[in-house]
Formats: sequence, structure tokens, C-alpha cells
Amino acid sequence: MQSPMTYAVETRDLTRIFAGKKKRRFRRKAGSNGSEDSLGPVTALDGVSLGIKEGELFGMLGPNGAGKTTLIKILATLLLPTAGQAFVAGHDVAKDPFPIRQRINMVSGGETSGYGLLTARENIWMFSQFYGVPSKVSKERIDDLMHIFGLWDKRDAKVRMLSTGQRQKMNMIRGFVTDPDILFLDEPTLGLDVNAARVIREYVMNWVRKRAGKTVLLTSHYMAEADQMCDRIAIIDKGRILACDTPANLKRMIRTETTFQLEVDTIRDTTSFVGLRGVKNFSHKDDISKNRSHLTFILEDEGPVAEILSSITSQGAKVHSLQKSEPTLEDVFISMVGRGLD
Amino acid sequence: MNTYWRTFKVAAWLGWEMDSNWTEPWLFVLYSVIKPVAGAFILVLMYVVFVAIGRPQGDPDAFSYMYIGNSFFIFVASVLFGTFQVIQSDREWYQTIRYVYISPISYYVYILGRAASKIAVSVFAVAITLVFGVFFLGVRMHLALSDVPLFLVTTILGLAVLLAIGICLGGISFLTAKHTHGLAEGIPGLFYVFCGVLFPLSVLPDWGQAIGRAIPLTYWFDITRRLLAPTISVNTTLGGYDEPTILLFLVISSIAFFGLSVVIYKLGEYFARKAGKIDMTTSY
Repeated sequence: MQSPMTYAVETRDLTRIFAGKKKRRFRRKAGSNGSEDSLGPVTALDGVSLGIKEGELFGMLGPNGAGKTTLIKILATLLLPTAGQAFVAGHDVAKDPFPIRQRINMVSGGETSGYGLLTARENIWMFSQFYGVPSKVSKERIDDLMHIFGLWDKRDAKVRMLSTGQRQKMNMIRGFVTDPDILFLDEPTLGLDVNAARVIREYVMNWVRKRAGKTVLLTSHYMAEADQMCDRIAIIDKGRILACDTPANLKRMIRTETTFQLEVDTIRDTTSFVGLRGVKNFSHKDDISKNRSHLTFILEDEGPVAEILSSITSQGAKVHSLQKSEPTLEDVFISMVGRGLD
Repeated sequence: MNTYWRTFKVAAWLGWEMDSNWTEPWLFVLYSVIKPVAGAFILVLMYVVFVAIGRPQGDPDAFSYMYIGNSFFIFVASVLFGTFQVIQSDREWYQTIRYVYISPISYYVYILGRAASKIAVSVFAVAITLVFGVFFLGVRMHLALSDVPLFLVTTILGLAVLLAIGICLGGISFLTAKHTHGLAEGIPGLFYVFCGVLFPLSVLPDWGQAIGRAIPLTYWFDITRRLLAPTISVNTTLGGYDEPTILLFLVISSIAFFGLSVVIYKLGEYFARKAGKIDMTTSY
């Protein structure tokens, strides 16, 4: 069944519910007969409707457990949806996976997959053969990509001898070597050093923008990464899409609000900020090494600032800096989700 | 067809690299010779002990029967384990299954390709074991030139049945955790007992004989012995079937088991995809 629209990726009311597990208690407590706890079904995706255009670099931003990986697994034909439909390259993922597989590839960050007895080059070459890439073309592409991603020195090293970061680079090359039309990148820079992450971000952006017809769906929980790379971003939390637009438009949505960032001595009690009139949302992050807390407030106006400062100083904490800032994606996220990503 | 052949070729290459590339080539050759011979010695020792206890004059027919059955059982253990562990190893150890699975290949053919290297290694092991038995242990074996084509056909059919059973187990392993590799060791154990590998069906109780007759491998072992060692006089209870009948049975059962393997594999794959278990690793 083909999608009537011309989206590279389209989902309609996509829902995925994972059956709950039964947790059996083997150890009986005194006076107890033992029992089974049902952990209950988990709704990973809850009516997700999206349309990703051909040539778009589309981002999914959300915390761990938001449903990002589940969505990618369904689109990559690894997992069946519970309800709703998903189309990739016009084909239904549930009914017609083979033509989808000819046009996609996927890379998951932070994992160390690979056949340890093969060299890095052999590993990538083998996967390219599954896609029917001519061997000579494949080897040329592998060499080029190994230079770009800084893996050339390790080309003939057995995969078992590679570090986690090197394996991740190898997997990134595996994703590009088949030259897919649609590439799913699930947290591609997770755990990589700053330089390697920068190289990957730049390569992905160039790959989409300089070559017609290439589409990338990227999931991340790095706000700056999504902001820098993506044409459009969907913010997802608890399996639901909360907003979907360009980064600029998303930020514009909360421009009527005011964002304040404070650096203060570590504070224990943040409950006093809850329910303060004019405070739409706030997030709180502790830097234990410096004994500081970083607070971000989304305010309706500047009215509550004095009350916030008073609440902080009443706990004996000193305010080290107070900054009014332009909205960032993080502010958008906090405004919509009610908490930060970290 | 091109996709199937390409998949088979690359998977067979991968399987061979994984089976052979773990050490230096000379050490691999040495290991390939010593392992089956050492396995045969265990059997020889058992035989010697039994003979010393019960029949000091020995029984050359019984020994040849056992030795040939045990040699061909190398195929059973290796091919069944080889096919079953493809999904488990790709999912649990290498964590590559999601990338192999979403590539435009037939995963069924991929498993067959991976198993092909096991067959290649096993052919070598079986040949070494048989040659060693004939030259050093007095195993009575004589394959007539005119029987070679039939022997090759029956061997291919026997291996096809084994691959089909292995794929059935593979389909089940889509849904099971890593500790279930015991299944791939337990099933060959059943075949070892009920298929006339070491002792003829006639020593089994009636219900055991019925089980043995329902498994095509029983007929494969029987016809293989008839072709390789026609002079052995052991009552297998299958003497009533002539060779063409057994061959026909092997053809029918290999087709039936192939169909069954496709159904079980597809069901296993569907339920794993539905439950999200294709790439789910065991969390202990």
C-alpha cells in the first residue's frame, strides 16, 4: 500500500503499546503468599502524526523514554505499530517492508555493534554488499568516509580492538556507505568526543543539503545539536508530539515569555517556586563540583523576579548571576514539557 | 534471485570468516584435524570399555555401525547449532541483528549462508573421522563407485532436512532469551538417542522406535550406512525398506520440512517484530 502524499516519511496516528511484564516475586515475605505484580502496558507512542518532506533534516527532540527510538524502529521496519500507519518512501512499514529497506539505513549512537573478528573495513564492506553496492564502489566510499570520520588509521584493525568511539564512527560509515535515500540517526553523537561529534554533525548537514533527495530523521536529546542541524524539529514527550516546526518558529512561540537564568549557591528546596504567580515553568540543575545551582525560569513577565530572588536568599543562598536571555530550544522544551532534558 | 544469491554469498563469507579467522591458518587446520579425531577417540574408548565388560571377542559390525553413525552425527550437531545460533549471536554478542535485519536481503537466506560455512567445516571433519577410522581403527567401510551419486544425493537431502530443522529452531530463537541456546544442544541429543546414531532402533522400546521412524534423519543415517558399509549386518528394523523407498522418503520429508521451516520462521519473525524482540538483548 502506497502513501498518497509525497512525504519521505509519514505517520498517521501512530501508536505503539508494549505489553506489560509480570514480575514474579519468588521470595515470600513472612505472612505473605507471594504474588505477581503486573507492570502494566507501556504506551511508547500515542497517536503520533508527522510528515517529513524529501530533502529535509528533521529532528526529534525529547528526553529518554519519550518514544524517539520506538518511532525510528517502526520506521526502519524493526517493529510493528500497535495502531495507526507509517509510510516510508511511500510504502507501508507493516505491509511492505522490502522496498523500504532498499532505500533506508539506520545508525544508533552509543552502541558497540560489529563482528569482532572482522576488520573495520570488512565490517562496513559486508553491509554494503547486502545493499548490492558494487564492491569497487563500496571500497572507494569506505576509504573516503574513513578519512572524513578519522578512522583511516584503524581501517585494518579488528573490530574487537576498536574503542567505543571508533566503533561508533565505523557504524556511522556503515550508515552512509549504502548511500540511502532516507537515513535514520538515533542519537548519533551520543558518547562521542566533542571533535568527533562536530565532524559528524557537519557531515550530516552537508550530506542532506548538497545532495538532492536525501532525507534524515535525527533523534537527539542535545538541544544545541538539534537547533544547529535541523530544518524542523518535533518535540516529543511521553509518546506525544507536543510541537513541530522550524527551530526559529518554535522559539518564537515563547517569545512573549521571559526567560531568566540564575546561578546561585546550591539550594535544597525548589518547591517554593512551584505555583508562584507568573512562573510558567522552571528547571533546576546542580553543579556539585562548584556547589552551585543553575535555575532557568520561564516567566509571563518580569514581575515574579523579586519574589524568586527573595525565596533563594531566604534559604541562605547567594545569587552569583542573573541573566535575562533570548529563548532557546531548551526554553521551548521546558515551556512545553515542564522540565529540562537533563 | 540475484538478491538471494548475493545474500547467501556474503553470509557464507561472514560465517567462514567467523569460523576460521579466529586464529592463524596453520592452527586452524591443526584444530580441524585434531578435534574430530579426538571426538572419535571418546567413542572408541567407550566401545573398548563395553567390549572388555561384556564381549571380549568384540563386534566389528557393531563398531563400524557406531563409528559411521557417530561420524555423520557431526553434521547434526554442527548444522543445528550453526543455524540456531545465527540469530542469537547476531542479537546478543555482536548486536548487529538490527542492521542485518533492516537491510534488503532475505534473512532466511542469510541464516542458510551462515550455516553453509558450518557445513563446509563439518564435511572436512566427517571425512577426517571416517578416513582415520578406516586406516587406524579397522572400520569396515566400502563405498562402491556406482553408489557415489546416490550417496551424494542422500547427503544433500540429509543436510537439507538438518538445515530446515535448524531454521525452525532459528524461528523460535527470535522469541527466546540467550540462555535458550541449550535448545540447540538438547534437540541433537534427542536425535542421538532416537535416530539410530550409536545403536539400532531395534534396541529401543516400541514407543522409542515410533519416534525414531517419525524423524527423517533416522532414514538418512540408515541409507548412509547401507551405502558406505554394505557388509554390516545389524538389525535396524528398517530392512523392509529398499533404498529407492528411503530416498523417496528423504525427498518428501526434506520438502515438507522446508515448508515447515518457512512457516515457523515467518511466524517467529512476525511475533518478534510485533513484540519488539528482533533486536532485544537479554538483560542479564
